[in-house]
Amino acid sequence: MTVLSCSGLKRRFDDVLAVDDVSFTIAEGETYGLLGPNGAGKTTTISMITGVLERDAGEVFVDGVAMSTHTIAAKRLVGYVPQELALYPDLTGRENLRFFANLYGAGRRRVEFVLDVVGLTERADDLAREYSGGMKRRLNVAIGLLHEPRLLVLDEPTAGVDPQSRNQILENVRALAAQGMAILYTTHYMEEAERLCDRVGVIDSGRLIAEGTRRELVERLGERDRISLQLDGDLTHAASLLGAIRDVRGVAPHGHGLELVVDDARECLPAVLSAISTNGVVVRSVEVTEPNLETVFLHLTGKALRE
Amino acid sequence: MRHALLIAARDLRERARDRTAYVLAIVLPLGLAVVFSLILGDISGDSRLFTYAVADADRGVIARTFTDDVLRKAAASGAIELRTVSSEHEARRLVDDGTATAAFLLPAGLTEDVRAGRAARIEVVGDVDAPTGTDVARSLAQAYTDRLDAVRTAVTATVHSGVTTAPDQLAAAAAAALPQAAVAEDTTGRRQLDAKTQYAAGMAVFFLFFAVQPGVTGLLDERRNGTLARLFAAPVRRSSILAGKLLTSVVVGVVSMAVLVVASSLLMGAHWGNPVGVVALVVSGVLAATGAMAVVAAVAKTSEQAGGWQAIVAIVLGALGGSFFPVSQAGGLLEQLSLMAPHRWFMRGLADLAGGGVPAVLPAVAAMALFAAVTGAAALLLFRKVVRP
Ligand SMILES: Nc1ncnc2c1ncn2[C@@H]1O[C@H](COP(=O)(O)OP(=O)(O)OP(=O)(O)O)[C@@H](O)[C@H]1O
Ligand SMILES: [Mg+2]
Repeated sequence: MTVLSCSGLKRRFDDVLAVDDVSFTIAEGETYGLLGPNGAGKTTTISMITGVLERDAGEVFVDGVAMSTHTIAAKRLVGYVPQELALYPDLTGRENLRFFANLYGAGRRRVEFVLDVVGLTERADDLAREYSGGMKRRLNVAIGLLHEPRLLVLDEPTAGVDPQSRNQILENVRALAAQGMAILYTTHYMEEAERLCDRVGVIDSGRLIAEGTRRELVERLGERDRISLQLDGDLTHAASLLGAIRDVRGVAPHGHGLELVVDDARECLPAVLSAISTNGVVVRSVEVTEPNLETVFLHLTGKALRE
Repeated sequence: MRHALLIAARDLRERARDRTAYVLAIVLPLGLAVVFSLILGDISGDSRLFTYAVADADRGVIARTFTDDVLRKAAASGAIELRTVSSEHEARRLVDDGTATAAFLLPAGLTEDVRAGRAARIEVVGDVDAPTGTDVARSLAQAYTDRLDAVRTAVTATVHSGVTTAPDQLAAAAAAALPQAAVAEDTTGRRQLDAKTQYAAGMAVFFLFFAVQPGVTGLLDERRNGTLARLFAAPVRRSSILAGKLLTSVVVGVVSMAVLVVASSLLMGAHWGNPVGVVALVVSGVLAATGAMAVVAAVAKTSEQAGGWQAIVAIVLGALGGSFFPVSQAGGLLEQLSLMAPHRWFMRGLADLAGGGVPAVLPAVAAMALFAAVTGAAALLLFRKVVRP
C-alpha cells in the first residue's frame, strides 16, 4: 500500500530552481533514501512533503489525503525530523516532548515510551541546552516519533553524531520500518543509505535523476566489480593470461599493474591470483572495488556525495 | 484555540525561567519608581489624605465655626483628616514629627477681634516636606478670614439696622458658607496623581513595552531555533501559532502590571484608584504595547534586530508619552504628538480615574484600544510573510 505519493513537485527561490518536477512514492514499511550533494534540493523537497513549504506546483498525498486541500489531516499522518536541530533549549527533554505530544494529541505514556526508545529517560529532566550533540540529535528524532506517524520524514538525522548515537538512531529507524511505517530518509552517509534504504532516489540540481534499489542502480549503470593489481614482471604476458579467465571482462594497464573488470570479484579472485603467480610475476598489492551508491552517484552526477 | 493556548503555555513556561524577564518587567520599574519618589520627593503632597491639627486658643464662635463647619465638613468629604489638640505647642510638635501635614493655630481673642471690627488672623504652620498639604491648609484659612473681612462691613450695617443676632455669629455663619471652594479646589488638585502613583504608573507603563516583547518576538526565536518548521509541520493552523504568540505577550503584560500595581500599593503607598478602572486601563495598555512590539517584530529579520528596534520604539513612545518629562505641559506640536503614545493615555486615564470615577477612564481606554487595533492589524498583515509556507 502506498503511503506517500508526490508528483510534479516544483519550487523556485528567486532565480534558483531548487526542486524541479520531482515525483516518487513510498510504500508501507519501505525506507526510501533521497541522496544528493549539498544544495541538490533534498530539504526543499522534504519541506514541501511535510507542508512546511508551499509548492509552486505538484501535489502530495499521504495515505491518500491531499496536503493541499486537507492540510491539517495530512499533517497529522506525518512525523518530521528537521535537518537542523529543532528543540526548545530552555525546556527539558521531557517538556519538549510533552509540548509536541500535546500539539499532535499524543498521550503522556507515549512520551515516556519515546524517551525510552531513544535512550533519554535518565536525562529527561535536564534542559535540552545541556544535552550533548548526540543527545540533542536523539531528542530531535524522538519528537518526530511521538504520534506514531504513517510517514516518518528524516532529514539527515545523523549529521555530526558519534557512531554510538548514530547506530542507535539507525536501529530505531529500522525497527519503525519493521512496524510498517513508511520512511523518507536523506543522508550524506553512503553506508547508511545502503544499510537502511530499500530504495534510493538520486537528486541533483533539483531533479530526480535515477531511482531504484542499489542493485538496480548499479546494474542500470553497467557498473562492475574491479580488481586492481600492482605487479612486478612482464605485464603484457600477465594481461593475456588474465584475459583468458572466464569471468574477466576486460584488462587494462593501471599504474605499475593492471585493472580487471569482472562479474564477481570475490568469486574470481582466487583464479586471478593463481594465474599470475604460476607465471613468475610478483604481486605487490591487490585491491577489490565493488560498485556502491558512491560510485553510482559519482557516475550520475560527476560529484562526490560529501564535499 | 487549544493550540494557541498550548503554544502560549509553553512560551510562558520558558519565560518563567528567564530571570532577566523578572528584572525588566518588575524589579526595574518598581525600583526606579521608588528611587524617583525618594529623590524627587513629594511634588503634589504626601498622600491624598492630609492630616491637620487644630489648636483652638480662642474658644469663641469664630474659631468654633471654622473648626466645626469648615474643617469638619472637609474631613467628612474625605479630603482631610482632623486632629484637635489642646495647645499650640502640641500642634507644632505634630507637624514637626510629620504626624500632621499642617496645623491651624486659632489665636486667643480671634472672636473678640472680629467683634471689634478688626481683621481676623488664623495662623497656619506647615510641614516643609508637604508643600501641597500646607497650601491647601493656607487656602482654607485664608478663604475663611477673607470672607470674614468681606462680610464684616455688611454685618456692621445689619447690626445698625437693629437685628438682634450678635454680629460675630452672623459673620461666622456667612463666612463658613464659603470655604467649600477651598475644599473643592483640593478635589481638582487630586485629578493630578500624587507623586508616588505618578512614578509607579509611569515606570510600569514604560517597562510594560519591554515586558510584552518576548512573546511576539518569540516567533523569530522559533525561526532561528528551527522549531518554527516543526510547528509548521504539525497539524496546527498558522493563525493559531500567531495567536499563541500574541497571547503570551498579553499574559506576561497583564501579570507584570498586576504585580506592579499591587507591589507599588503595598510597598510605596501608591494609589492607583478604583480596581475596575485600573483593570480596564491595564488591559487596554497591554494590548497597545503588544500591538506596537508586534509590528516591530514583524518587520525585523532576527530577534536580536527586533529587540534593538523594540527598545528604540519603547523609549521614543515613552518619551513622547511623558514617561521622562511632562509633555502634557509642553504645548504645541509635541503635545499633539504625545497623544499618539499609549503612555500618555494610560497616565491620563489614571488621573481621570482619580478625579472622576470609572466612566472617566473610557476616553483613555478607547484611545489605547484604537492604538492596539491599528498596530495589531498591521502586525498580523506583516506576520503573514513570516509564517507563509
Ligand atoms: N529559503 C530559501 N531561500 C532561498 N534559497 C533557498 C532556500 N532554501 C533553499 N534554497 C536553495 O535551494 C537549493 C536547494 O537547497 P536545499 O536546502 O533543498 O538543498 P539540500 O539538498 O537539502 O542540501 P544539503 O545537503 O546541504 O542540506 C539551494 O540552492 C539553496 O540555496
Ligand atoms: Mg538539506
